[in-house]
Amino acid sequence: MAGVQVSNVSRSFGAHKALDNVSIDFADGGFYALLGPSGSGKTTLLRQIAGFDFPDSGRIAIGGESVERVPVEKRRIGMVFQNYALFPNMSVADNVAFGLSVRGEAKAVIATEVQRALDLVQLGKLGGRRPHQLSGGQRQRVALARAIVTKPRVLLLDEPLGALDKALRVDMQIELKRIQREIGITTIFVTHDQEEALTMSDRIGILRDGRLVQEGPPEEIYDRPKSEFAATFLGDANIFRGDTTGDGIRLADGTAIAAGAGAKLAAGAKASCAVRPERIRIARDAGTSDGSANMLKGQVSKRIFAGNNSTYFVERGGQTLKVIVQNTGKERLAEGQDVVLRWSPESTVLIVAG
Amino acid sequence: MMATTRILEGLGRFYIGLLLAFLYLPIIIMALMSFNVSPFYQLPFEWTTEWYASLWQNDQLIAATWNSVEIAVITTIICVVLGSAASLALYRYEFRGKKFLQALLFPPIAIPWLITGTAMLIFFFGVGIGRGLHAILLGHVALALPYVIVVVSARLQTFAPELEEAARSLGANQWQVTRRVTLPWIMPGVIAGGLFAFAVSFDQFVVSYFLATPGQTTLPVEIYAAIRKGFTPEINAVSTIIIVVSMALMLLTARFFKFGGEK
Repeated sequence: MAGVQVSNVSRSFGAHKALDNVSIDFADGGFYALLGPSGSGKTTLLRQIAGFDFPDSGRIAIGGESVERVPVEKRRIGMVFQNYALFPNMSVADNVAFGLSVRGEAKAVIATEVQRALDLVQLGKLGGRRPHQLSGGQRQRVALARAIVTKPRVLLLDEPLGALDKALRVDMQIELKRIQREIGITTIFVTHDQEEALTMSDRIGILRDGRLVQEGPPEEIYDRPKSEFAATFLGDANIFRGDTTGDGIRLADGTAIAAGAGAKLAAGAKASCAVRPERIRIARDAGTSDGSANMLKGQVSKRIFAGNNSTYFVERGGQTLKVIVQNTGKERLAEGQDVVLRWSPESTVLIVAG
Repeated sequence: MMATTRILEGLGRFYIGLLLAFLYLPIIIMALMSFNVSPFYQLPFEWTTEWYASLWQNDQLIAATWNSVEIAVITTIICVVLGSAASLALYRYEFRGKKFLQALLFPPIAIPWLITGTAMLIFFFGVGIGRGLHAILLGHVALALPYVIVVVSARLQTFAPELEEAARSLGANQWQVTRRVTLPWIMPGVIAGGLFAFAVSFDQFVVSYFLATPGQTTLPVEIYAAIRKGFTPEINAVSTIIIVVSMALMLLTARFFKFGGEK
């Protein structure tokens, strides 16, 4: 097992820059999600790490060894594909055995290792089946067993849960995490599903247009996004734009918003503030002010009830703000109601505009 | 409504019956006549195996049959190997002139054999290859190769490229990927292409006729020559044997390779 270092990797296809000077350090044994919209370069980066494609410039190291010109079959990686890519002409056991068999392992060794891998993914009894006789979730497990049976240095997953339905996907998330912990393998996981990235990974890298926008633990990215893109792509955010005052911004209408976190900017520059919808308190009237709180007045234009919570859409100065309120059984605000919104500066992140 | 459906159904059955009759009746009659005493198709039918016995004595016809079988088998082997390799190359690699090469596959199938045969005769004569069994083999390979490439390429279109990537990620080299993942997938196409190649060669009359020398010919050319000299029921006998053998081959292949029923 080993960590992966990607340093200044660029890759273009014609005029299209698929990867633009990307550097990420994947720690040994970590579970890393590469998150981004389609066309952001996350799959291209995964294929560079796998060795299906080589970078135009930059360095890729696995376990400290430079591999950017080593073809995939010599990199000792394990990969799970979006559509599983199980060999249809082989049984489940033969699929799992493939990697050991092409390395020329002894038959007895192969049989033991295959059984161990199938047991690990809880398919110990299905070795004799053909891939087309399995359900989607079972195929997923076979693909995983096949990828880890060769004891690869890194496990690469390309949207592995994308083809499963919601309930199965949650099961597989837990299962995948358990197996990853059990064998302690460095795992890099490509997804466009922010929830999946948040719940499964130790660290997340957000990509956009071939560039790494931000990377860090899920909590850090969620609580301290460094750009409007990161704030809105990972979770929901209300974005206010204005001029910096040093510790916050002033909106065009003169309202000040205090920010307790984020970039340190010279006063007067253009900047934005991001606030998560669940951090805002909504009330019928101003009540007693707690002094430091940010406060805005608006009008509820819409309410969406989702059982455990409600989302209020509040119109304020030509902007629609989103507020999520837990269902505590107390009074619910009607559409058209004038309201007061309050939140603390600690819940407000100052970010560079753009 | 019910009545029209019934009429349409009846018409359909009649059409299929007619189709099968035109396809198979002549063959069945020929096979029966190979066991009839009269050499002039006279009835009543009297059983004999005399024509098979005399076929056994007809060295020329037997030699031509073996020539045909040998040429067809060698043509099939060469075409399957070259054609599968060419299909894989066209599938895997992008190179200058690929589209042009692919387009060049179809004219040989469309150009009348009479013209191809004439062209081959003139060309082979010009470059010193001349005529004979070797020239026939060369001609057959050239005729049958496009069929194999077209059939195998069609099969490859249904292949998922991630399968090769998955195999490589597991440490398989190019040869292991091809042998253990790609070839098993395209095998039905290879078999079908091989059958095409065999049929194109074994049935080939026109090109063989141009390239054969009087002493060394193939079965279709020999049959044609024999009919011109005067028809004998031995022709019925040898044809019946060939039909039985080739139908058995086809049925066996269909049985083992489940054409149409792929999972």
